[in-house]
Amino acid sequence: MSSTLRQLTPVAAFFLLVLATPFLLRHDYYYLSILTMAGIFAIIVLGLNLLLGFAGQISLGHGALFGIAAYTTAVLTGTYGLPLAVGAVSGVGLTALVAMLIGMPVLKLKGYYLAMATLGFGLIVYIFFNEAIGLTGGPSGFVGIPVLEVFGFVFDSDLSYFYLVWSMVAVALLTSLNLIHSKYGRALMALHISETAAQSMGINIARHKLFVFVLSSVYAGIAGVLYAHYLNFVAPSSFGFHFSVQLITMVVLGGMASLWGGIAGAVFLTVMPEFLRFYENLEVIIYGLILILCMMFLPKGLAGGVCKLLSNVRRRFGREP
Amino acid sequence: MSPDNVALHCRNLSVRFGGVMALCDVDFRVVQGTITALIGPNGAGKTTLLNVVSGLVECCSGTVGLLGQDMTRVPAWARAQAGVVRTFQNLEVFTTMSVLENVMTGAHRDVRYGVLGALFKTPRYFLEERRCRALAEEKLEFVGLFAERSLPAWELPYGRQRLLELARALAAQPQILLLDEPAAGLNTRETQALAGLIRRIRDELNITVAIVEHDMELIMRISDAVTVLHFGQVIASGAPFEIQKNPEVIAAYLGEDAR
Amino acid sequence: MDLASLLQFLASGLTVGSTYGLAALGFTIIFNTTGIINFAQGEFVMLGGILAVVFMHWLDPGLPAAILLAVVATTLVGLLMERLTIRPVRNASAINLIIVTIGVSITIRGLVMLFWGKDTYVLPAFSGMAPIHLLGATIIPQSLWILGIAVVVLALLKGFFSRTIFGRAMLACSFEPRAARLVGISVERMVMASFMLSAFVGAVGGVILTPLTMTSYDVGVLLGMKGFAACILGGLGNPFGAAAGGLILGILEAFGAGLVSSAYKDAIAFVVILGILLWKPSGLFGVPDTERV
Ligand SMILES: Nc1ncnc2c1ncn2[C@@H]1O[C@H](COP(=O)(O)OP(=O)(O)OP(=O)(O)O)[C@@H](O)[C@H]1O
Ligand SMILES: [Mg+2]
Repeated sequence: MSSTLRQLTPVAAFFLLVLATPFLLRHDYYYLSILTMAGIFAIIVLGLNLLLGFAGQISLGHGALFGIAAYTTAVLTGTYGLPLAVGAVSGVGLTALVAMLIGMPVLKLKGYYLAMATLGFGLIVYIFFNEAIGLTGGPSGFVGIPVLEVFGFVFDSDLSYFYLVWSMVAVALLTSLNLIHSKYGRALMALHISETAAQSMGINIARHKLFVFVLSSVYAGIAGVLYAHYLNFVAPSSFGFHFSVQLITMVVLGGMASLWGGIAGAVFLTVMPEFLRFYENLEVIIYGLILILCMMFLPKGLAGGVCKLLSNVRRRFGREP
Repeated sequence: MSPDNVALHCRNLSVRFGGVMALCDVDFRVVQGTITALIGPNGAGKTTLLNVVSGLVECCSGTVGLLGQDMTRVPAWARAQAGVVRTFQNLEVFTTMSVLENVMTGAHRDVRYGVLGALFKTPRYFLEERRCRALAEEKLEFVGLFAERSLPAWELPYGRQRLLELARALAAQPQILLLDEPAAGLNTRETQALAGLIRRIRDELNITVAIVEHDMELIMRISDAVTVLHFGQVIASGAPFEIQKNPEVIAAYLGEDAR
Repeated sequence: MDLASLLQFLASGLTVGSTYGLAALGFTIIFNTTGIINFAQGEFVMLGGILAVVFMHWLDPGLPAAILLAVVATTLVGLLMERLTIRPVRNASAINLIIVTIGVSITIRGLVMLFWGKDTYVLPAFSGMAPIHLLGATIIPQSLWILGIAVVVLALLKGFFSRTIFGRAMLACSFEPRAARLVGISVERMVMASFMLSAFVGAVGGVILTPLTMTSYDVGVLLGMKGFAACILGGLGNPFGAAAGGLILGILEAFGAGLVSSAYKDAIAFVVILGILLWKPSGLFGVPDTERV
């Protein structure tokens, strides 16, 4: 099957790249840790891309969902000393539950109204993180989250955590790719283009929207658990409005409805500021300008840009695309 | 209760948009296994009636009986799943998807695997996807779009997009098919072919068809019964040849020409 | 609750609410011509305040002149933004343009931080700080300035949108770009005007609020968020709704802070907004969008 082969080639290349990255970086732990963070964000972005890029529903509440999972596992394992598995499963589970309860009423809204409602939800959760000091530690954060340990293997090195996170990225990527090539993916794209036509084809749009919202919250939840046990410390400021907007930016900059693009967007926007550190005072300005220029000159995002580049190269070498 | 052979039975339907009475006390019946036409001048309320039947517009009063059940309060997607599927006057093609994917989307309810099956590509997934693809290809073959199956839908010319909507609706394997002006924008030859297709839909696929159309020649040629709407009211219904001679209908259409 | 505290909450709610309303108006004006939400709107508000302070210190032309200069300068920033970042890609999709506006807001914040740092600045009150006592409530004169100026701006805008052809066309533009063109006004000019107008309105809001709340490079984020909430609450696209939404939001916050806790005032306000949206999915004064098939 040549079509399967064509699908598998990039995936295999992706795996090789992930495997090789630590060696390419000569085990520079600073860069490795940045890429680990990028991987954590990429997991959220993959889910958000299903929601925004494919189903066309915006959420400015994913930063909060990410935070709910992080705080849940932090409190359960840190404060109460419960096993890590309990923390991880409850973190993801509670995130999905909250997403379901919020999504049911809120997903009836459209466009900017949905953006506003999810923004409001995010803000409320953010205020809760700040004010419920007894539980969360308040604005100064929650310290003492245990190191991740799975079946006796302790993920306490940057290298092991890098591989852990990026294998979760791979799982998230593969499941997302599978999903968009299924009846659910078709239904999501259909309701994005025309809700009228989708429901007239027997697609229960409310249910599909809720499904993709909850699924993307599961991705955000997994990322949240990984994040909490990686930094061993969480603070509300990581889960606010800014971060939610940044997630949307990663999706759009990477390329809407391109899962590969989403990963690229997450890596790009996480790594870039590290290089800009060098410019000190100009850092923020350059970041803003790069964002503007990218959006102006790459309307289809990084993914679109790469596709165009590839097809140009192919044409140059006289091969049929 | 409507007799068993009535597939679609609307009673006393009224729909109001602000000040406009789009439908007023309308009765509309479609007998099982027929092609029933719904005609009337522009703005008569034909599309609105189809919208009420397919569940996209709620009626202020009246009932919608479909396939022997009262479906007045059933949401649109559930009516489609029950076997009432439609096409649209102003095309609602899933433009960014391929032609084949459009039709496969039509078969949504018939594809049987769960979320886990989709996420992890279980054997069941492959089996069902293959079946769905075969079904979609069969419908594309039926309307004559097979060759264009891998094109993105927006690349199809207007007339072909109409056929695509038809194939998509057929892939849902409906019992009742509602067509809203399927011949609009088609040339004479394409309209001829469409007439044949609609007949085959009734005869070979055993689907009951309700069709809204302005092309009188087409209506007279293929329909078994005709209902005429004028300003939201039914002014006549009966066999095509009766309708053709009905003075009220003629007046309604002449009035329209004179305007 | 006694009358005095009721009045007190109402006064502070209306004061803050009118600046939210002005920010919301800015969102509405740009939305109506382009269909996008301008994330840099909060930065216009911030610029209004901070530039007034800067001109005060730098040129020392007296408060009224400094304010005027700040408002004019911010309006020019609006113009520049449209010219440099929106017009070259005006056919891009809405979400792309929104990300561009996010980029602009980050850049503006970065520039302000570069020139004037992260400090907090104050602007003198327009007419002293001696509080006025009214039925047991204490009202700062600046509050009256804020309310008065907001009302004047609103009245002027109302006149502009209902009396002038250009204004009417601007209101209708995003819904009926063709109709707008039919009246013989180029959409391009309208988009440019809308950016200038909303920068102007935002700057006015910033200038009148600064004596009360102080300002720094990052106040725009929260003000922008509140303005967005207000214009959604009122119904996107409706200038009157935006202003009303701002006042309602301000009052909600004031009562939430006064009666429950100031830590949770935003949470309370947003819970109420969520409730209202679920009850009216197109905002209080918005037109429900009906898809015709
Ligand atoms: N969503 C709506 N909101 C307001 N008015 C509507 C709506 N849909 C239809 N109408 C009005 O209801 C009346 C009937 O419209 P409808 O589309 O059903 O007519 P039609 O018979 O399909 O006409 P045509 O032959 O032009 O398609 C018209 O006056 C139309 O303007
Ligand atoms: Mg019609």
